[in-house]
Amino acid sequence: MQLHILTICYIIGSVTFILGLKMLSNPLTARKGNLIAAGGMTIAILGTIFLYETEDGQGLHNYLWIFSGLIIGAVIGTLAAKKVKMTAMPEMVSLFNGMGGACAALISAVEFDHVYREYRLDMNSFADVVPFGHYFTISAGAIIGSVSFAGSVIAWGKLNGRIKDFSFNGQHIVNLIILGFVFGVAGFTYWTSSSVTNIWFLITLLSAFVYGVMFVLPIGGADMPVVISLLNSFTGVAAAFGGFLYNNKVMLTGGILVGAAGTLLTMLMCKAMNRSLQNVLIGSFGAKNAKSAAATTQGSYKEISLNDTATCLAYANKVMIVPGYGLAVAQAQHICHELEKNLEEKGVQVFYAIHPVAGRMPGHMNVLLAEADVSYDKLLEMEHANEEFKTADVVLILGANDVVNPAAKSDPSSPIYGMPILEVEQAKMVVVNKRSMKPGYAGIENDLFFRPKTSMLFGDAKKVLQQLVNEIKNV
Amino acid sequence: MQLITDNQQMIYIVVLMIFLGIEVIGRVPSVLHTPLMSGANAIHGVVIIGAIIVMGKASDDNYLALVLGFLSVVLGTLNVVGGFVVTDRMLEMFKKKK
Repeated sequence: MQLHILTICYIIGSVTFILGLKMLSNPLTARKGNLIAAGGMTIAILGTIFLYETEDGQGLHNYLWIFSGLIIGAVIGTLAAKKVKMTAMPEMVSLFNGMGGACAALISAVEFDHVYREYRLDMNSFADVVPFGHYFTISAGAIIGSVSFAGSVIAWGKLNGRIKDFSFNGQHIVNLIILGFVFGVAGFTYWTSSSVTNIWFLITLLSAFVYGVMFVLPIGGADMPVVISLLNSFTGVAAAFGGFLYNNKVMLTGGILVGAAGTLLTMLMCKAMNRSLQNVLIGSFGAKNAKSAAATTQGSYKEISLNDTATCLAYANKVMIVPGYGLAVAQAQHICHELEKNLEEKGVQVFYAIHPVAGRMPGHMNVLLAEADVSYDKLLEMEHANEEFKTADVVLILGANDVVNPAAKSDPSSPIYGMPILEVEQAKMVVVNKRSMKPGYAGIENDLFFRPKTSMLFGDAKKVLQQLVNEIKNV
Repeated sequence: MQLITDNQQMIYIVVLMIFLGIEVIGRVPSVLHTPLMSGANAIHGVVIIGAIIVMGKASDDNYLALVLGFLSVVLGTLNVVGGFVVTDRMLEMFKKKK
């Protein structure tokens, strides 16, 4: 009876995962979808704890350990997720993803140890006593989980600036060699008659970890959301191998579902940036020669005072605001909304031009501006915005850089060449708010700042906007 | 070959889920890319079930399994709980607009 109830729990779990993902891909139902999936997960977890039986009809024990683990994880997880700033969300997701990967790798390690202990005394090699399928499942879960863990931690470090981009010539060849080594050792562990297969297994795990590090290190920080999405689907596959290991259908369904959806999502993200996955993963190797080319295009830029900016904005017919990461860091979304209201009162039309990858993650700006109650129909998507720039008097760029860099259209040696950009230069005037002349996240110079139409307005976005609002009231 | 026949049920699930996973999110707008990634991230936290089974089966004198199992329960729970809470926080922002 118990087992039948558990089966039902697992079916409910699987269905909620599918339903949850489906609802998550529609803005109206997304939040509900997330909660439904969370509910299904709870049922599956509780069912496992209380109803699971091993082959010989034994229930689970070690409840104290299980519950203290659950409570510790739940408390830390909730606190971390609640405390994290909006700007740091992508790296948080990456970190959680890494935890899942590590979990999958550890499960495989324990299972390996289990098999190893059982057969250690009378085996010549693993191949003699353990079916290949079983070993394959164990080591695949371990390798993928380990890669995903290492990669996610590196991605997390890159997003919060702790780890710098690192690449050298021929790195992808070195990476291929490491990957080959991982598979080689995994195979060796199975067929060798060594009495220390456990050490070989450990080497497999470690070399997979090294591969994960090397895989993510050279990829540019701006591409991290794509990489996180890819690692996300890796962890899904690792979880699915866990499902094979325990003949557990809910792990299998959840894992493969995320593996497939995550892969597609990765490709959709690349498409939003008009790049191929291959370009994201190994494109970073061309970045070096581009830097030297861009460095020569330095010129002089002109500054504009707050006063003048306020006057230009107040007497314009149409103003387009281009928000970027600078706005998010300064937490200036509320004051930005206030500026918009003040301008509207003066009869100025205000729109926001949203680049799909502005900020640190796709949809970052939408979330940020929605938080400040900016009306949804004021947010123009890129194509629409590029039409509107033609008739705009002033474009106000708030901490955006790479998404308005004309090099993406004109300079084939630029690492962002081919990425569609917001063509702000079609407007009559461009005002750029930045903290300094430092290049943007992708580390490339921006010609836009030196163009005759462009004026620079230096300062923290929040302070500058506050002062602009005050000035505009006085105009 | 025996391997495939023995596991045909599981293999069927894998094949069907691959198609379903692609179908289900096929038309997602780019605004939702990040929340969807985060939600999917929480769902693969289902690996916690494996961790619970490992933990619950470990015998009292097998310290390696106990320690690693405990660690994996903690990590898995972090993935599940943190994942769902972070996703909810992201989506909370969307609900305000009317």
